[in-house]
Amino acid sequence: MEGDIVQMGAYIGAGLACTGMGGAAVGVGHVVGNFLSGALRNPSAAAGQTATMFIGIAFAEALGIFSFLVALLLMFAV
Amino acid sequence: MASEAQSEGSGLVFHPMDQFIVKPLFGDGPIEWYTITNVTLWMSLSVVAIIALLGMGTARRAIVPSRSQSIGELAYGFVYKMVEDVAGKDAVGYFPYIMTLFMFIVCANFLGLLPMSFTTTSHIAVTAVMAMAVFLAVTILGFVKHGMSFLSLFWISSAPLVLRPILALIEVISYFVRPVSHSIRLAGNMMAGHAVIKVFAAFAGIAVIAPLSVIAITVIYALEVLVSFIQAYVFAILTCVYLKDALHPHH
Repeated sequence: MEGDIVQMGAYIGAGLACTGMGGAAVGVGHVVGNFLSGALRNPSAAAGQTATMFIGIAFAEALGIFSFLVALLLMFAV
Repeated sequence: MASEAQSEGSGLVFHPMDQFIVKPLFGDGPIEWYTITNVTLWMSLSVVAIIALLGMGTARRAIVPSRSQSIGELAYGFVYKMVEDVAGKDAVGYFPYIMTLFMFIVCANFLGLLPMSFTTTSHIAVTAVMAMAVFLAVTILGFVKHGMSFLSLFWISSAPLVLRPILALIEVISYFVRPVSHSIRLAGNMMAGHAVIKVFAAFAGIAVIAPLSVIAITVIYALEVLVSFIQAYVFAILTCVYLKDALHPHH
C-alpha cells in the first residue's frame, strides 16, 4: 500500500515535470521570434547570426531537458 | 511483446518504447560487453555510411564532382566554416574531431529514421560517452593551454566585485552541467521523436482514424528528418562553443 502511494506520487511528479516543456517551448519561441524580427529588419546581417541563434536555442532547450530528466528519474530511478 | 502489451490491457498493440530495447543480434543470451547487439549493428552501419560518403565518395577527386563527392565536400565545408566562425581561427586544428562527431551523429540519426532500424543516438549511454569525451577533452585542453589561469573562466572580471563570487558559483555549476545537457539533449530529442511516430503508428490500426494518423506520421517524419540534422548541428556547435571557452577563457 505504501509502495503504491510512493509510486503514484512518482508518476504524478513525472507528469508535472512535463510542464517544464512548456517553459522550454516559450524560451525557444522567444529566441527564434526575436531573431526573426531582427533578421527582417536587417537581412544582410542575419546569415552570420544563425549559429548564434542555434546556440541560444540549445541553451533555452537545456532547461526543458532538465525537466525531462526529472521525469525520467521519477519514472525509473525513484 | 505485442501479446504482452495486450494482456496488460493497454490500448496499443505494441509499446512505443519497444523500439529502444537493446537485443542481441544472434540468439537470446544475456548481453555481455562483447555481445553483438542491434546497437553494434547500426553503429557500424553508420561508420560504413561515413566511409562510403567521405572516403569512397571523394576518392577520385574529380574536377566535376559526382553526387556523393559534392555532398561530402558540402559537409566538409559546412563543418569547417562552423568551427572557424564559432570557435575561432586558432581552433581549426581541432576540426577533425568535430567533423567526426558531426558526421557520426548525422549518420546515426538518419539511419535511425529508416523503418525497423535502431536509433543508436537515442540511448543516453551512447550520447553520454560522446558528451563526456568532449567535456574531458575541453577541460584538459584548457588546463594544458592556460594552466591555472583557465579558472578565470569562472571569474567574470567585467562584473561588479560584489557579484563575482555568486557569478563564479553559477558559472561552476553551469560548467559541470554541460555534459548532462549536452548528452540528454540529443538522446531526448531522438527518443521523443521516434516514440511519437510509434504512438501514431499504433493509432493507424484503428480503421476510423487510420488516414489521419498516416498523414500525421508523414508530417512528423518530415519534422524528424529536420530534427535529426539540427540536433547533430547543435551538438557540433556546442562542442565548438566549449572549445572556444577552453582556448580563450578570459572574458
